[in-house]
Amino acid sequence: MRDESVHLDIAPAGPATERPISIAIVAMGGQGGGVLTDWIVLLAEKQGWIAQSTSVPGVAQRTGATIYYVETMPPLDGRKPILSLMPTGGDVDVVIASEYMEAGRSILRGIVTPDRTTLIASDHRAFAVTEKIAPGDGIADDGAVLDAMKVAAKRTISFDMNELAVRNGSVISSAMFGALAASGMLPFAKDAFIEVIRSGGKGVEASVRTFEAAYARALAGEDGAAPAEPVALAPAASDSLPAGVASLPEAVREMAAKGWNKVVDFQDAAYGREYLDLVERVARLDQELGGGRHEYALTVNAAKYVANAMAYDDVIRVADLKTRAGRRARIEADLGVKGGQVLQTTEFMHPRAEEVVGLLPDGLARSIMAKPKLFDWIDRRVNKGRRIATYSLGSFLMLYAVGGLRGMRRRSYRHKLEVAHRDAWLEAALDAARRHYALGVEILKCRRLVKGYSDTHARGLSKFDRTMAGIRMISDRKDADQWARRLREAALRDPSGEALDGLVQTVSGFAEA
Amino acid sequence: MAERSFAREVEDLRLGEGEVFRGEGILAITKALLQSGVSYVGGYQGSPISHLMDVLADASDLLEELGAIYQSSASEATAAAMLSASVMYPLRGAVAWKSTVGTNVASDALANLASGGVTGGAMVIVGEDYGEGSSIMQERTHAFAMKSQMWLLDPRPDQECIVRLIEQGFELSEASNTPVMLEVRVRTCHMHGSFVCKDNVRPAFTLADALENPKRDLDRIVLPPAAYEHEQEKIKKRMPQAIEFIRSRKLNEWFGPEEGDVGIILQGGMYNGVIRALQYLGLSDAYGQTRIPLYVMNVTYPMIASEVEDFCRDKKAVLVVEEGQPEYLEQALSTVLRRSGIGARIGGKDVLPMGGDYTAKVLTDGVMAFLEREAPELLGNRSPIPDATPLLKAAPVAKLKEVVPSRPPGLCTGCPERPIFAAMKLVEEELGQHHVSADIGCHLFSILPPFNIGATTMGFGLGPASTAAFNVKAGKRSIAVMGDGGFWHNGLTSGIGNAVFNKHDGVFVIVDNFYSSATGGQDILSSRAFNKRRSTNNSIVEAVHGIGAKWVRQIDRTYDVGKMRATLKEALTTKEEGPKIIVASSECMLNKQRRVKPQINAAIKSGERVVKQRFGVDEDVCTGDHACMRLSGCPSLTLKKLDDPLRDDPVASIDNSCVACGNCGEVAEAAVLCPSFYRADVVHNPSRWDKIKAGMTMKLIRFLQDRRDRARAARRVAA
Repeated sequence: MRDESVHLDIAPAGPATERPISIAIVAMGGQGGGVLTDWIVLLAEKQGWIAQSTSVPGVAQRTGATIYYVETMPPLDGRKPILSLMPTGGDVDVVIASEYMEAGRSILRGIVTPDRTTLIASDHRAFAVTEKIAPGDGIADDGAVLDAMKVAAKRTISFDMNELAVRNGSVISSAMFGALAASGMLPFAKDAFIEVIRSGGKGVEASVRTFEAAYARALAGEDGAAPAEPVALAPAASDSLPAGVASLPEAVREMAAKGWNKVVDFQDAAYGREYLDLVERVARLDQELGGGRHEYALTVNAAKYVANAMAYDDVIRVADLKTRAGRRARIEADLGVKGGQVLQTTEFMHPRAEEVVGLLPDGLARSIMAKPKLFDWIDRRVNKGRRIATYSLGSFLMLYAVGGLRGMRRRSYRHKLEVAHRDAWLEAALDAARRHYALGVEILKCRRLVKGYSDTHARGLSKFDRTMAGIRMISDRKDADQWARRLREAALRDPSGEALDGLVQTVSGFAEA
Repeated sequence: MAERSFAREVEDLRLGEGEVFRGEGILAITKALLQSGVSYVGGYQGSPISHLMDVLADASDLLEELGAIYQSSASEATAAAMLSASVMYPLRGAVAWKSTVGTNVASDALANLASGGVTGGAMVIVGEDYGEGSSIMQERTHAFAMKSQMWLLDPRPDQECIVRLIEQGFELSEASNTPVMLEVRVRTCHMHGSFVCKDNVRPAFTLADALENPKRDLDRIVLPPAAYEHEQEKIKKRMPQAIEFIRSRKLNEWFGPEEGDVGIILQGGMYNGVIRALQYLGLSDAYGQTRIPLYVMNVTYPMIASEVEDFCRDKKAVLVVEEGQPEYLEQALSTVLRRSGIGARIGGKDVLPMGGDYTAKVLTDGVMAFLEREAPELLGNRSPIPDATPLLKAAPVAKLKEVVPSRPPGLCTGCPERPIFAAMKLVEEELGQHHVSADIGCHLFSILPPFNIGATTMGFGLGPASTAAFNVKAGKRSIAVMGDGGFWHNGLTSGIGNAVFNKHDGVFVIVDNFYSSATGGQDILSSRAFNKRRSTNNSIVEAVHGIGAKWVRQIDRTYDVGKMRATLKEALTTKEEGPKIIVASSECMLNKQRRVKPQINAAIKSGERVVKQRFGVDEDVCTGDHACMRLSGCPSLTLKKLDDPLRDDPVASIDNSCVACGNCGEVAEAAVLCPSFYRADVVHNPSRWDKIKAGMTMKLIRFLQDRRDRARAARRVAA
């Protein structure tokens, strides 16, 4: 603790006095922080203590981060304590966080300190807008919260209270109340907590059930953690995999198996053979380059991204996926559709001439593209939002038919474009790998930039092109791989590509220098 | 109907003499008004005062029983003008609003009221929205009290004290013929506490008595020469009367030892924080037994010179604890001590920060610095003070700072305003960025990601007015956004009327969601619900036509993103002159769900055919580019990490809080995003025809699906 003052040789003016128990609840608007606060106050009052709660809901009730604060202690000879209206860093006994990043925020506010604070946190995530809108993976790093908890909290009780509450038919406030009871930080019997819940109105039974489950779970500590979900196995049994996969280096096999599955699912066995040919070719080069030292990163990434490049998102694939039996089963499970209920889904499709013409055989498509008037005429007929009731007969037959056009895919204009793009990219990567192994790997990873449909897809392609152009400028540098990674990450940071353009500018500076 | 119902809590307002009230600060304030025998109450909602308005609305029956009325005023100016009922008649009245914004609006009426003075007790309850969690500019109400000469009460955050001050405040108002302001801070409004009640009081003189026996007095009207007389009256009569009342009735309080070299002079509202700071410094116990003398100003204007002189006379130094800037109390104290020749040194904003929350930590540092300078022996052995700063410097915590995303408030799941801004964003992509004036309300969240729309906000209802200067011919037009709340508050005249009169060419979007939503869903003139105490269902479109607007478009379903976009485009490009007004109407989803959900559940239970909808994303169709989220920001449209090593980026996913507003599908369609979205309709209690049709269709569909599944399996084996 800070102690920079001059010590005077005199006795303290007064004894260090007793302080109230302080509890801060950090939550997002609409998460029931208010209910939990009221419960704690009522609980303390029923035991004859004085309790004071405050909050600053304001506009934070609309999904923003907010904080509730309770102080409680017994009266002394009929005198009421003077309680504070806001938490003080370093002087909070319990912090209850209804979400994992909010637990992190409470640490940053200084209200979780190692000498004093029991941190009760639900470790589930509700993503913030800034995390959602990144074109790549903008999700904040949970590990950073865990690391900070280890140094900041005296004790941590952390599990998925949201899931536990939902499973028991209630909301997170009941689970947090249960964890608080289990923490033993309030010197009141468990029954007193339950009595408070029972004095409320709606959903009492589910709340008590959730409270009990959370109480037990919190006492069980780490050992009580639910067993990890069984890891999903590759959809295909290994015996149906082609021999080509087995002959690849061990490090590559799993990815190659998944890739092969994806490609065959997209088209057919011959296409799968084509995929394996490509991967095997990369593997041979990888061997030559001593890829064992790099855990065959070149081949692993090729196996991954070539599969993605080959299973591109066209109308046929979308129609096929939408009409599969498994798709309907997934939705039914997701919504909990029961027998006796009827499910219908509506698709929101907006095809453009590009998609339709892209399906046509290469020569025909090119001749149409050469006639802008004809192309525009087609666009006018096609380009509009269409809502399709998937499980009504006519619409289903239409989607089913489109999903069955696999036979004409490999002759289509779109396919020719995709193959050309894929080959050029793969060549560039392998070419680079021969000179600079890590750079080759980074170029393979740039495939990640190509995604989305229509305009988004076009924007992705343009970012891919700009990134590749940037990489070409610095490909002779020793640290070219690091710059390539930076370029790709910049491209994924914002939708407009401003960060990318800025970096390309920087990179072109090196090229001139 | 407001978002939160206080129907149960309102029963506590009937508690009688000797019974103990336990509850939120706002309710305690309401109870104090009833114990003071008010005849009328008015006000305008806004945090932290919204709940006061909701409580009063729910307490209308009780008020009627007591012969009093409650009105939700059209604006703070209306509320302030309402107090004129107390000018000539012995009627007690109170009005409330969020401050300083509401006080700004009310100032004209308040200045007139304070000039002429009052006969019956008149009280303004201001929710001081200052410090953490505030949604407005950081200013002090203190300045308004001083400039119009209204007494300012700032009670200790203790319900007993607040209730007493309200009761005494009415007496003070009557004793000095001056309106009184009672300042309560945000946390105090929401503070749970208790106090011992008195019986509610029925006013002896009623509003009807006043109407039936009208009185007038030219001397009370603000017009020369009376206005000059008022000023002299304020100085020579009302101020001394107030000081005498405050002194004799002991509105201010003293704590701690009578003697001492140093003391603290503080605003009532700062009391709990100061006690906590003294506790950290070993100078008080948890029950407020302090070793430093405290002079607690429950009345912060006027300062009672004789009281502070007595407090300071034997002291070496005093510390003034006063939140916010400038330091009015410190300046006033300097004048008092200088005039009286008392030599106590003054500490204040030299050891405490000029602005910002006075948290216990800030106060501890300030009091310690003061004592180190003036009386270090009091600090004794200096037991350690709670301090989190060393921890915040630790590497894992410093790193966390980079990780935790900000989480400002945003539009709710299914909000009808989201598609309006999605459409604006799409128009921006086509026609370029425009100058957009924003307004106060939920729609102000448009200024944040993902929309990033809106350049300024100049006050409630003033969005349209703040484009007034941009009334020139140019390649682009200005756009103003205003809510229905702001529209009725003043926007109809200040914005739309002004634009019609000055032939402004801009685009004006009025967001009509049937409630004053940002403040908690109170009814307003254009609310669509029936309200037995108010006249609702008054059309915004008719109002703007009435004021002379010609180009007016009504959109009845904001979720129609295509239509919204087309209308905006037309408004921005049409050759027609004058303001282009778009009224975009759909019900606030928070309120709609509260209204509709129980109905739907009851219908399902009773066996009626009900279609429940939700949106979803096909995760194998979604490519994880998140373009949809950049046009949404809906809490229910979130991310999902797939357990697939072939995929890098999390895909879109819709959780079960989705209310099927339709925005996702509309946007995907209008912006030509992707075919990942679907709407799932589940028919509960389907009709026989539903079942037969679905049964037959699904039979065939399953046949086709099986066929293709088999073919797919065969293709794999062929490899």
